[in-house]
Amino acid sequence: MSEFLDMGGYAMYVWPSYGLAFVILVANWVSPLLQRRRVLTDIARKLRREKREQK
Amino acid sequence: MGSPRYFYHVAGKMIPWFAISFLLTLIAGVYYGLFVAPPDYQQGESYRIMYIHVPAAWMSMFIYIVMAVAGVISLVWRIKITEITIISSASVGASFTFLALVTGSLWGKPMWGAWWVWDARLTSELLLLFLYLGIISLYSAIEDKRVAARAISILALVGVVNIPIIHYSVEWWNTLHQTSSVTITGKQAMPTSMLIPLLLMGISFKLYYGAVVLMRARAEVLERDRNTRWVRELVEGEIK
Repeated sequence: MSEFLDMGGYAMYVWPSYGLAFVILVANWVSPLLQRRRVLTDIARKLRREKREQK
Repeated sequence: MGSPRYFYHVAGKMIPWFAISFLLTLIAGVYYGLFVAPPDYQQGESYRIMYIHVPAAWMSMFIYIVMAVAGVISLVWRIKITEITIISSASVGASFTFLALVTGSLWGKPMWGAWWVWDARLTSELLLLFLYLGIISLYSAIEDKRVAARAISILALVGVVNIPIIHYSVEWWNTLHQTSSVTITGKQAMPTSMLIPLLLMGISFKLYYGAVVLMRARAEVLERDRNTRWVRELVEGEIK
Protein backbone atom coordinates (compact mmCIF):
# COMPACT_ATOMS: atom_id res chain seq x y z
CA MET A 1 0.00 0.00 0.00
CA SER A 2 2.75 2.44 0.96
CA GLU A 3 4.57 1.51 -2.25
CA PHE A 4 1.43 2.55 -4.13
CA LEU A 5 1.15 5.82 -2.21
CA ASP A 6 4.77 6.56 -3.01
CA MET A 7 3.90 6.69 -6.74
CA GLY A 8 7.44 5.71 -7.67
CA GLY A 9 8.82 8.68 -5.75
CA TYR A 10 6.46 11.15 -7.45
CA ALA A 11 3.89 11.19 -4.64
CA MET A 12 4.57 14.91 -4.08
CA TYR A 13 3.38 15.66 -7.61
CA VAL A 14 0.70 13.08 -8.30
CA TRP A 15 -1.37 13.35 -5.11
CA PRO A 16 -1.63 17.16 -5.05
CA SER A 17 -2.86 16.97 -8.65
CA TYR A 18 -5.62 14.53 -7.75
CA GLY A 19 -6.31 16.44 -4.53
CA LEU A 20 -6.73 19.77 -6.31
CA ALA A 21 -8.98 18.11 -8.91
CA PHE A 22 -11.19 16.78 -6.12
CA VAL A 23 -11.38 20.18 -4.41
CA ILE A 24 -12.25 21.95 -7.67
CA LEU A 25 -14.90 19.37 -8.62
CA VAL A 26 -16.53 19.66 -5.17
CA ALA A 27 -16.33 23.46 -5.07
CA ASN A 28 -17.92 23.93 -8.49
CA TRP A 29 -20.64 21.48 -7.53
CA VAL A 30 -21.53 23.06 -4.19
CA SER A 31 -21.34 26.68 -5.32
CA PRO A 32 -24.36 26.66 -7.67
CA LEU A 33 -26.39 24.82 -5.01
CA LEU A 34 -25.58 27.52 -2.45
CA GLN A 35 -26.32 30.24 -5.00
CA ARG A 36 -29.74 28.72 -5.78
CA ARG A 37 -30.60 28.36 -2.08
CA ARG A 38 -29.53 31.96 -1.42
CA VAL A 39 -31.76 33.26 -4.23
CA LEU A 40 -34.73 31.19 -3.03
CA THR A 41 -34.42 32.41 0.57
CA ASP A 42 -34.02 36.01 -0.64
CA ILE A 43 -37.23 35.79 -2.67
CA ALA A 44 -39.07 34.01 0.16
CA ARG A 45 -38.08 36.74 2.63
CA LYS A 46 -39.25 39.42 0.17
CA LEU A 47 -42.60 37.63 -0.29
CA ARG A 48 -43.14 37.37 3.46
CA ARG A 49 -42.36 41.07 3.87
CA GLU A 50 -44.84 41.96 1.12
CA LYS A 51 -47.51 39.85 2.77
CA ARG A 52 -46.96 41.64 6.09
CA GLU A 53 -47.15 45.07 4.42
CA GLN A 54 -50.45 44.16 2.76
CA LYS A 55 -52.13 43.39 6.16
CA MET B 1 -38.63 25.95 -25.61
CA GLY B 2 -36.71 29.12 -24.85
CA SER B 3 -38.89 30.16 -21.91
CA PRO B 4 -36.85 30.30 -18.68
CA ARG B 5 -39.58 28.49 -16.73
CA TYR B 6 -39.60 25.54 -19.15
CA PHE B 7 -35.79 25.49 -19.07
CA TYR B 8 -35.79 25.52 -15.24
CA HIS B 9 -37.92 22.37 -15.04
CA VAL B 10 -36.27 20.49 -17.90
CA ALA B 11 -32.81 21.24 -16.50
CA GLY B 12 -33.98 20.05 -13.11
CA LYS B 13 -34.86 16.68 -14.59
CA MET B 14 -31.60 16.31 -16.56
CA ILE B 15 -29.16 17.13 -13.76
CA PRO B 16 -29.46 13.80 -11.87
CA TRP B 17 -28.69 11.86 -15.07
CA PHE B 18 -25.60 13.95 -15.71
CA ALA B 19 -24.59 13.57 -12.08
CA ILE B 20 -24.88 9.77 -11.96
CA SER B 21 -23.09 9.17 -15.27
CA PHE B 22 -20.39 11.65 -14.24
CA LEU B 23 -19.74 9.80 -10.99
CA LEU B 24 -19.64 6.37 -12.65
CA THR B 25 -17.20 7.44 -15.37
CA LEU B 26 -15.09 9.35 -12.83
CA ILE B 27 -14.74 6.34 -10.52
CA ALA B 28 -13.97 4.04 -13.46
CA GLY B 29 -11.50 6.55 -14.91
CA VAL B 30 -9.63 7.21 -11.67
CA TYR B 31 -9.55 3.52 -10.74
CA TYR B 32 -8.32 2.53 -14.22
CA GLY B 33 -5.86 5.39 -14.34
CA LEU B 34 -4.29 4.81 -10.94
CA PHE B 35 -4.43 1.04 -10.55
CA VAL B 36 -4.76 -0.65 -13.94
CA ALA B 37 -2.83 1.43 -16.47
CA PRO B 38 0.87 0.41 -16.52
CA PRO B 39 3.64 2.86 -15.51
CA ASP B 40 5.27 4.79 -18.35
CA TYR B 41 8.63 3.32 -19.37
CA GLN B 42 10.24 6.77 -19.20
CA GLN B 43 8.18 8.79 -16.70
CA GLY B 44 7.26 5.93 -14.36
CA GLU B 45 4.23 6.81 -12.22
CA SER B 46 4.32 10.58 -12.60
CA TYR B 47 2.56 10.42 -15.97
CA ARG B 48 -0.66 9.53 -14.05
CA ILE B 49 -1.09 13.27 -13.59
CA MET B 50 -2.10 13.11 -17.27
CA TYR B 51 -5.49 11.67 -16.25
CA ILE B 52 -6.32 15.00 -14.59
CA HIS B 53 -4.20 17.42 -16.62
CA VAL B 54 -5.29 16.46 -20.14
CA PRO B 55 -9.08 16.22 -19.55
CA ALA B 56 -8.94 19.53 -17.64
CA ALA B 57 -7.11 21.16 -20.56
CA TRP B 58 -9.62 19.71 -23.03
CA MET B 59 -12.44 21.10 -20.90
CA SER B 60 -10.85 24.53 -20.62
CA MET B 61 -10.97 24.85 -24.40
CA PHE B 62 -14.27 23.02 -24.92
CA ILE B 63 -16.14 25.22 -22.43
CA TYR B 64 -14.74 28.39 -23.97
CA ILE B 65 -15.93 27.28 -27.41
CA VAL B 66 -19.41 26.64 -25.96
CA MET B 67 -19.34 30.16 -24.49
CA ALA B 68 -18.25 31.70 -27.82
CA VAL B 69 -21.01 29.89 -29.72
CA ALA B 70 -23.54 30.95 -27.07
CA GLY B 71 -22.09 34.44 -27.48
CA VAL B 72 -22.89 34.50 -31.21
CA ILE B 73 -26.44 33.25 -30.58
CA SER B 74 -26.96 35.79 -27.81
CA LEU B 75 -25.69 38.69 -29.90
CA VAL B 76 -27.71 37.73 -32.99
CA TRP B 77 -30.99 36.44 -31.50
CA ARG B 78 -30.77 37.74 -27.92
CA ILE B 79 -32.12 34.51 -26.44
CA LYS B 80 -32.12 34.68 -22.63
CA ILE B 81 -31.12 31.07 -22.05
CA THR B 82 -27.99 31.26 -24.21
CA GLU B 83 -26.98 34.45 -22.39
CA ILE B 84 -27.35 32.59 -19.12
CA THR B 85 -25.32 29.64 -20.47
CA ILE B 86 -22.31 31.89 -21.00
CA ILE B 87 -22.08 33.16 -17.46
CA SER B 88 -23.07 29.76 -16.05
CA SER B 89 -20.09 28.20 -17.84
CA ALA B 90 -17.52 30.84 -16.93
CA SER B 91 -16.49 29.79 -13.43
CA VAL B 92 -16.33 26.06 -14.16
CA GLY B 93 -14.32 26.87 -17.31
CA ALA B 94 -11.94 29.05 -15.30
CA SER B 95 -11.61 26.27 -12.71
CA PHE B 96 -10.68 23.67 -15.31
CA THR B 97 -8.16 26.08 -16.85
CA PHE B 98 -6.61 26.68 -13.42
CA LEU B 99 -6.59 22.91 -12.79
CA ALA B 100 -4.88 22.30 -16.14
CA LEU B 101 -2.23 24.93 -15.39
CA VAL B 102 -1.47 23.69 -11.86
CA THR B 103 -1.43 19.96 -12.73
CA GLY B 104 0.71 20.80 -15.77
CA SER B 105 3.14 22.59 -13.51
CA LEU B 106 3.14 19.68 -11.04
CA TRP B 107 3.92 17.36 -13.95
CA GLY B 108 6.46 19.73 -15.48
CA LYS B 109 8.56 20.05 -12.32
CA PRO B 110 9.76 16.40 -12.23
CA MET B 111 9.86 16.08 -16.03
CA TRP B 112 11.29 19.44 -17.17
CA GLY B 113 12.78 20.59 -13.89
CA ALA B 114 10.70 23.79 -13.85
CA TRP B 115 7.35 24.77 -12.36
CA TRP B 116 6.77 27.24 -15.22
CA VAL B 117 8.29 28.19 -18.55
CA TRP B 118 7.06 30.93 -20.94
CA ASP B 119 6.27 28.26 -23.52
CA ALA B 120 3.71 28.93 -26.26
CA ARG B 121 1.26 26.31 -24.96
CA LEU B 122 1.52 27.35 -21.30
CA THR B 123 1.35 31.06 -22.04
CA SER B 124 -1.72 30.80 -24.28
CA GLU B 125 -3.45 28.64 -21.64
CA LEU B 126 -2.64 31.27 -19.02
CA LEU B 127 -4.14 33.90 -21.34
CA LEU B 128 -7.26 31.70 -21.48
CA LEU B 129 -7.50 31.83 -17.69
CA PHE B 130 -7.34 35.64 -17.78
CA LEU B 131 -10.06 35.66 -20.44
CA TYR B 132 -12.33 33.57 -18.21
CA LEU B 133 -11.64 35.81 -15.20
CA GLY B 134 -12.24 38.86 -17.40
CA ILE B 135 -15.64 37.50 -18.42
CA ILE B 136 -16.61 36.78 -14.81
CA SER B 137 -15.60 40.22 -13.54
CA LEU B 138 -17.10 42.04 -16.54
CA TYR B 139 -20.44 40.35 -15.93
CA SER B 140 -20.52 41.23 -12.25
CA ALA B 141 -19.43 44.81 -12.95
CA ILE B 142 -22.43 45.62 -15.16
CA GLU B 143 -25.71 46.23 -13.31
CA ASP B 144 -28.17 45.46 -16.12
CA LYS B 145 -27.78 41.72 -16.75
CA ARG B 146 -28.98 41.90 -20.36
CA VAL B 147 -26.28 44.48 -21.13
CA ALA B 148 -23.76 42.47 -19.15
CA ALA B 149 -24.62 39.42 -21.22
CA ARG B 150 -23.96 41.34 -24.44
CA ALA B 151 -20.61 42.54 -23.11
CA ILE B 152 -19.40 39.06 -22.16
CA SER B 153 -20.68 37.68 -25.48
CA ILE B 154 -18.39 40.11 -27.27
CA LEU B 155 -15.45 39.34 -24.97
CA ALA B 156 -16.01 35.59 -25.41
CA LEU B 157 -15.96 36.06 -29.19
CA VAL B 158 -12.86 38.24 -29.17
CA GLY B 159 -11.05 35.68 -27.04
CA VAL B 160 -12.02 32.62 -29.08
CA VAL B 161 -9.10 33.21 -31.47
CA ASN B 162 -6.91 32.07 -28.58
CA ILE B 163 -8.32 28.51 -28.71
CA PRO B 164 -6.71 27.42 -32.03
CA ILE B 165 -3.54 29.16 -30.86
CA ILE B 166 -3.47 26.97 -27.74
CA HIS B 167 -4.26 23.85 -29.74
CA TYR B 168 -1.73 24.36 -32.52
CA SER B 169 0.91 26.14 -30.43
CA VAL B 170 2.82 22.86 -30.06
CA GLU B 171 2.93 22.43 -33.84
CA TRP B 172 3.62 26.04 -34.84
CA TRP B 173 6.34 26.93 -32.38
CA ASN B 174 9.20 24.92 -30.96
CA THR B 175 7.60 24.27 -27.56
CA LEU B 176 8.82 22.40 -24.51
CA HIS B 177 5.27 21.09 -24.17
CA GLN B 178 4.80 17.84 -26.13
CA THR B 179 2.61 17.67 -29.22
CA SER B 180 -0.85 16.15 -28.90
CA SER B 181 -0.60 12.47 -28.12
CA VAL B 182 -4.30 11.75 -28.67
CA THR B 183 -5.20 12.14 -32.32
CA ILE B 184 -8.47 10.95 -33.77
CA THR B 185 -6.94 10.37 -37.20
CA GLY B 186 -3.26 9.61 -36.70
CA LYS B 187 -1.63 6.49 -35.27
CA GLN B 188 -2.24 6.29 -31.54
CA ALA B 189 0.92 7.30 -29.67
CA MET B 190 -0.48 5.71 -26.51
CA PRO B 191 -1.20 2.05 -25.67
CA THR B 192 -4.93 1.41 -25.23
CA SER B 193 -4.46 0.48 -21.58
CA MET B 194 -3.37 4.08 -21.00
CA LEU B 195 -5.83 5.57 -23.47
CA ILE B 196 -9.00 4.07 -21.94
CA PRO B 197 -8.75 5.88 -18.58
CA LEU B 198 -7.91 9.10 -20.38
CA LEU B 199 -11.05 8.89 -22.53
CA LEU B 200 -13.09 7.89 -19.47
CA MET B 201 -11.88 10.96 -17.58
CA GLY B 202 -12.53 13.13 -20.64
CA ILE B 203 -16.13 11.91 -20.84
CA SER B 204 -16.55 12.23 -17.08
CA PHE B 205 -15.44 15.89 -17.04
CA LYS B 206 -17.85 16.65 -19.90
CA LEU B 207 -20.74 15.06 -18.00
CA TYR B 208 -19.65 17.02 -14.92
CA TYR B 209 -19.77 20.24 -16.94
CA GLY B 210 -23.28 19.29 -18.15
CA ALA B 211 -24.54 18.96 -14.59
CA VAL B 212 -22.81 22.06 -13.22
CA VAL B 213 -23.72 24.42 -16.05
CA LEU B 214 -27.39 23.41 -15.70
CA MET B 215 -27.30 23.87 -11.93
CA ARG B 216 -25.75 27.32 -12.28
CA ALA B 217 -28.15 28.25 -15.08
CA ARG B 218 -31.11 27.34 -12.86
CA ALA B 219 -29.84 29.64 -10.13
CA GLU B 220 -29.27 32.43 -12.69
CA VAL B 221 -32.77 31.97 -14.13
CA LEU B 222 -34.28 32.26 -10.66
CA GLU B 223 -32.28 35.38 -9.95
CA ARG B 224 -33.21 37.03 -13.25
CA ASP B 225 -36.88 36.11 -13.07
CA ARG B 226 -37.22 36.82 -9.35
CA ASN B 227 -40.17 39.19 -9.91
CA THR B 228 -42.10 36.95 -12.24
CA ARG B 229 -45.23 35.03 -11.22
CA TRP B 230 -43.79 31.57 -11.87
CA VAL B 231 -40.86 32.20 -9.55
CA ARG B 232 -43.17 33.54 -6.84
CA GLU B 233 -45.34 30.43 -7.13
CA LEU B 234 -42.25 28.24 -7.03
CA VAL B 235 -40.98 29.93 -3.88
CA GLU B 236 -44.40 29.91 -2.23
CA GLY B 237 -44.63 26.22 -3.08
CA GLU B 238 -41.35 25.62 -1.29
CA ILE B 239 -42.15 27.74 1.79
CA LYS B 240 -45.21 25.71 2.80
